[in-house]
Amino acid sequence: MQLKPFARSLAIALSLVVIAGCSSTGGTQDGDSYGTQGAAGTGTSSGSTTGAGAGGQYGSTSGTSGTSAGQQADSRIPEVRTIHFDYDRDSIKSEYESVVMAHARYLRSNPNAQVVLHGHTDERGTREYNMALGERRANAVQRFLNIQGVSPSQMSVVSYGEERPAARGQAEQAYSQNRRVVFNY
Amino acid sequence: MQMLTKTGLWKGTWSALWLASLLSKSTILISALLMSSMAHANLTIEITRGSDQALPIAVVPFATEGAPSEDVAQIIQDNLERSGFFSPLERNAIFESPDQAEDVQFGTWRSLDVRYLVVGRVTETGGGYRIEYDLMDVSGQRQMLGETITAESGNLRGAAHLASDQIFEAITDIRGAFSTRIAYVTAEGVGNAMQFGLYVADADGRNSQQVLTSDEPILSPDWSPDGRKLAYVSFETERPAIYIQEVDSGRRVRATSFEGLNSAPAWSPDGRKLAMSLSKDGQPDIYVMDIANRSFERLTQSNSIDTEPDWAPDGRSLLFTSDRSGAPQIYRYTLGSGETQRLTFTGDYNARGRFSPDGEELFLIHRSKQGFQVARQNLESGRLVVISETQRDESPSVAPNGTMVIFATQQGGNGVLSAVSADGRSSFRLPSPQGDIREPAWSPFLN
Repeated sequence: MQLKPFARSLAIALSLVVIAGCSSTGGTQDGDSYGTQGAAGTGTSSGSTTGAGAGGQYGSTSGTSGTSAGQQADSRIPEVRTIHFDYDRDSIKSEYESVVMAHARYLRSNPNAQVVLHGHTDERGTREYNMALGERRANAVQRFLNIQGVSPSQMSVVSYGEERPAARGQAEQAYSQNRRVVFNY
Repeated sequence: MQMLTKTGLWKGTWSALWLASLLSKSTILISALLMSSMAHANLTIEITRGSDQALPIAVVPFATEGAPSEDVAQIIQDNLERSGFFSPLERNAIFESPDQAEDVQFGTWRSLDVRYLVVGRVTETGGGYRIEYDLMDVSGQRQMLGETITAESGNLRGAAHLASDQIFEAITDIRGAFSTRIAYVTAEGVGNAMQFGLYVADADGRNSQQVLTSDEPILSPDWSPDGRKLAYVSFETERPAIYIQEVDSGRRVRATSFEGLNSAPAWSPDGRKLAMSLSKDGQPDIYVMDIANRSFERLTQSNSIDTEPDWAPDGRSLLFTSDRSGAPQIYRYTLGSGETQRLTFTGDYNARGRFSPDGEELFLIHRSKQGFQVARQNLESGRLVVISETQRDESPSVAPNGTMVIFATQQGGNGVLSAVSADGRSSFRLPSPQGDIREPAWSPFLN
C-alpha cells in the first residue's frame, strides 16, 4: 500500500544520491538508464519520445544510472518504464523507487506530459479479480507520484489484469515479469 | 487506428450516437454471423474422464435415404457420452442395424448389457431432411419415444441435438442442454502484439462463429437470459468498457465506460439489468445498471475489491467476490435488505462464484493444495468439494440444466476449455486449434 514515511525519505535520499552521482560517465550501459541515447541535439525538446511502450524492461534499476545532467534528464522520458511487484502485493519495491522518482521528476518538469499507468498481474487466480489487483498496483504508483508532487491531471490508470502478459509460461520467471506497472506516455 | 471492417447489420433504431461512440482507436472487426462458420476455429472434444455410473446405451447408425451431410446417430452418441450420464456402446460392437422399433430384437441388446437403444432413419426431402427415431428401454422391452424431426438442409446437426435433448430427458428426467451454445474468447501472442477474438459455437464446439476481433483484450462474456445478446468487456478504446451485442445481427452498444474498471457484467434473470464491478468511486464495487434507462444502483461500499457478481436464479440476491476479509472470498448480497453474508470459509482463495440453476449450490474457483480448481459448494451445508482435476482453472460457467460446468484451464501451456459434470464424475476437454481459448460462457436454453 502506501509508502511508509521511512521508505519515502529513503526514496528521496536515494534520488539525491542519483543526482549527486550524475557527473560521472559511469552507470550501466545496457540501455536501461536514461540519457544514454546520445544526449546531443535534443536539449531543447520537451519530452522527445523514444521507442514506443514496452521499452525499458526490467534490469539494472539500482539508481546508479549515468545521466548527463539532471536538468537534461528531466526533459526526457525516463527509459525504464516498467516496475515489478511481488506476488499478491501492490507495494513499490525499494529497488524501483528510483525509477518512479525519475518519472516523478520528468512529470513535474513537463506539466503537459501525460502518463497512463498500466497495471498488470500474473495469470494465477481469476481474471476479474486480477483486473482489480492490477488496478491496485497502478493506483499505488499513482499515489506515489502524487506524493512526489505530480499533478493528478497528468496521470491516469488502466488495469489490464492478466490479459497482456509480458512473458508466457507457468514458472515464477514468467510470473515475476508479468506482475508489473508500465508507464505509458 | 480505426475500425477497419464492419459487416454487421446496423439497421434498426439503435441510437446513431451510440454507434458513433463505437468508432474506436483499435483494430476492430465485427462480423455478422451470417452463417459463415469459421471451420478453422471449430473445437473438437476429448473425453477425459468417464463416469462409473454412466448408463449403457446403444445408438445404432441411422438408415439413410439420400446423402445426409451429417452422421446423425454419431452426433447423438457423442452428445450422450459427453454428458457423463451415458456410456454408449462402441460402433464396432454393433452388429445388428434395425432402423425402427418393430425390428428390434431385445435379446440381442440385452446380451450386450445395453439398457437403452436408439434406432432411426434419415430421409432427404425437398430442401431438407426428415429424421425419425425410436428410443427403446431394453430391460423393460418397451418403446419410450418415437419421434419425427424435420430439418432444413443446413441444420441437420441442430436436429440431432434436438433428438439428443429428447432422449436425454426421456431417460434422466432432466431437460437436455445439447441445443445450447457457448461463447468463448481466443487469444494469441504476447505483450503488445496480441490478437483477441470473441466466438460463439454450438455446445459441442462446432459451428463456431466470430463475434468480434480486436488487438485489445476481450473478456467476461455473459449471455442475456433470452440467449440473443452477449455482454462483455472490451479494451478496444485502450480502456475497459462494457458492451452489449446482439449475437445474430452484430449490432451493439457500449453500456459503460467509466473511469477505472468496467468489469464482470452479469445479466439479471429478467434480462433488464446488468450487475457489474466499477471502480469509478474508488475501490471496485458492485453496481446494478438498469439497461433501459441507464440508471445505476450501487450495492457495495467497502474499502476492498468487490467483483464477479452473479444473480441468484430468483433475482433476489447476488453473489460476489470480495477481499474485505484480507483474501478473496464469496459473499451474498440480498436485494432489498442489503444484508451481506459471507458464504465461503474453506481455504484462503474462493472466487468467481456461479449459482446452480436451482439456486441451491454454487460453483467457484477454489485454491487448493493442487492449485486453482473448480469446486462446488452446497449453500445449505456449506460443504465445499473440488470437482476438477486440473490446476489452473478459471471462469466456471454452468450449463442451463445444471449438469455440467464448463471452465478454462491449461494444457501443455495453452489455454483450453474443459467441462466437468456437476458431480465431478466425468469430464471432457475442448482443445484450441491454435493459441489460447478461455472465458467460456454457457448459453441459456435456446428452444
